[in-house]
Amino acid sequence: MATTTMTMAKALNEGLRRSMEKNSRVLLMGEDIGRLGGVFRITDGLQKDFGEDRVIDAPLAESAIVGTAVGLAIRGFRTVCEIQFDGFVYPAFDQIVSQVAKLHKRSDGVYTMGLVIRLPFQGGIGAIEHHSESPEAYFAHTAGLRVVSCSTANDAYWMIQQSVEHDDPIVFCEPKSRYWEKGDVDLDVAPAGLFDAVVRREGTDVTVVGWGSSVKTMLRAADTAAAEGVSLEVIDARSIAPLDVGTLASSLTKTGRLIVVQESPNTASIGSEIVAELTQRCFYSLRAPGLRVGGYHVPYPPSRIEDDFRPNVDRIMDAVDRVMEFA
Amino acid sequence: MIDDELVQLLTPEGERVANTEYESTLSGDEIFSFYRDMVIIRRLCNESTSLQRQGQLALWAPVQGQEAAQIGAGRALAPMDFSFPSYREHGVAWCRGVPPEDMLRIFRAVTTGGWDPQRYRHSVPTVVLGNQTLHAVGYAMGVQRDGAEEAVLTFFGDGASSQGDVLESFVWAASFNAPVVFFCQNNQWGISTPSSVQSRIPLYHRGPGFGFAGVRVDGNDVLAVYEVTKRALDNARVGGGPTLIEAFTYRIGAHTTSDDPTRYRIDAEVEVWKHRDPIERVKSLLVREFRAKVTAFDEVAAEAETLALKLRDDVLAMGRPDPQSMFDDVYAAPHPLIDEGRLELAELLGGGR
Repeated sequence: MATTTMTMAKALNEGLRRSMEKNSRVLLMGEDIGRLGGVFRITDGLQKDFGEDRVIDAPLAESAIVGTAVGLAIRGFRTVCEIQFDGFVYPAFDQIVSQVAKLHKRSDGVYTMGLVIRLPFQGGIGAIEHHSESPEAYFAHTAGLRVVSCSTANDAYWMIQQSVEHDDPIVFCEPKSRYWEKGDVDLDVAPAGLFDAVVRREGTDVTVVGWGSSVKTMLRAADTAAAEGVSLEVIDARSIAPLDVGTLASSLTKTGRLIVVQESPNTASIGSEIVAELTQRCFYSLRAPGLRVGGYHVPYPPSRIEDDFRPNVDRIMDAVDRVMEFA
Repeated sequence: MIDDELVQLLTPEGERVANTEYESTLSGDEIFSFYRDMVIIRRLCNESTSLQRQGQLALWAPVQGQEAAQIGAGRALAPMDFSFPSYREHGVAWCRGVPPEDMLRIFRAVTTGGWDPQRYRHSVPTVVLGNQTLHAVGYAMGVQRDGAEEAVLTFFGDGASSQGDVLESFVWAASFNAPVVFFCQNNQWGISTPSSVQSRIPLYHRGPGFGFAGVRVDGNDVLAVYEVTKRALDNARVGGGPTLIEAFTYRIGAHTTSDDPTRYRIDAEVEVWKHRDPIERVKSLLVREFRAKVTAFDEVAAEAETLALKLRDDVLAMGRPDPQSMFDDVYAAPHPLIDEGRLELAELLGGGR
């Protein structure tokens, strides 16, 4: 088994490279992704190796990046669009929601909207405004789209390839604060299906669910909780839409307590969806109400104070204390 | 409406106009076939308006007055070209072979599409203004990458010309020299908003501003529209890049059957444009120059009548879709929420309790 160690950024780069090698109709398109290799260098070297026709440096217009990818999909190409930062995706929102999500349906299945919209998301990098947002719920709400997120280098390497191969449009959320963290990548076998949640740490008292950057925070909270005698089961949701409800429900049936950790505001969020869905499915197993540890109902704050907005171990532990107090 | 910059090959009276750049190469039979297309599409349009008034359609977007723009452009397409319409391009859809009843499915509210876009090489209707222009440019970029000699034609109106997507599509088409032709039907009104509010300069002037040619053509002159569009498509197919065509025309009817144009425009303006009718001028030419017989026109009218009656029958036969069809083709691959929804609705429809 070939295993190698690399950063998440490099794993995405290698995953994209492998996708392009496997299928000559895979294209990359985005701002500054060619010669520069992307502002995060995710596409570093790919234009040099695959040419300007396949790694397309786009004019600066997000709606057009996605809108032309739709036309390319109709022509039978698979385009991986890079949106430079989460907060810049909104000019493309119309194309994503009105066209990408609906053209398969509107064409009675004739058009395949096999395209990927890569979205560096979440905060924690000390950036200025519009560079740290978590807009995943906007897309999860829209039928026709699928939304996934990687939290490790291995997942990054495999999930980007699985997304490119998938026939439905995928919003691929990359936790930019974890781009430079290294992990083992298995070059031979995918760790799980694209829409599978994965238990990162087994436990018995509380099910803690998150995705992207939150996974590492949850694992640290699990260490802290263990020291206090509380056993957290940490689940990386990986697929935000659809949710792998089966995996989450079987954990909750065991623990009876649920906490969702997310960087987006809690209002009308993925965390809200998870709590509602699992409350329905596991009502008689619950020992406490499901809680959300997320952002406040404010615009993402200036990054000097972002650590007071993003979930951290202390806030997760507060929630753990609360659910443990019930029974 | 004599405008030095307007390409016109046929006056409203049906007399030929000499043009230094464009010349009609069509035979009498071909011109007659254009006439036939325009008469049929107008008759089908009128039938559709009646169907809406009788409660058989949720909505209809009339094409009256714009038949020459749509038939001229639609007939200029080569079989392998691909077209991306907005929601009023019934004439173009007709030229592409889309069955009239399929055009009405969206207005009957039994679907959000209506036809197989790959079969007719004519995309499904796009209701959000301007979205389709970016799809056309992307498709054209795909044509380039396939090394194919095909062109792409996309339609929008003077109202949509203000949309960011349309302007972004101009930028991209120019940057990538995409084989796409932008066909703007300037019908003077975006519902109640006059085109002067959308642009302080003639719309076709925007082409050069973005780095490609812009042409204004008399949109009520089917010969001119055909020649201008054909040249632009020919040019795009061989790597000449995009063209913006502004077909200067007029929406004789309402924006849709939900609209009341008497609230925002005067009858005298409409009357002026009725004298520029796209069908009458071709008929005059056919009589004067090609000695077309009354019986030939009668035959077209009879054919249009037959098609209109068939359209009515076809529409009335469109029943309520199976409610379960709402779950079809939302995703290409299996999806748990689709499966759940199907089951829940099946139970409700089955009258479980």
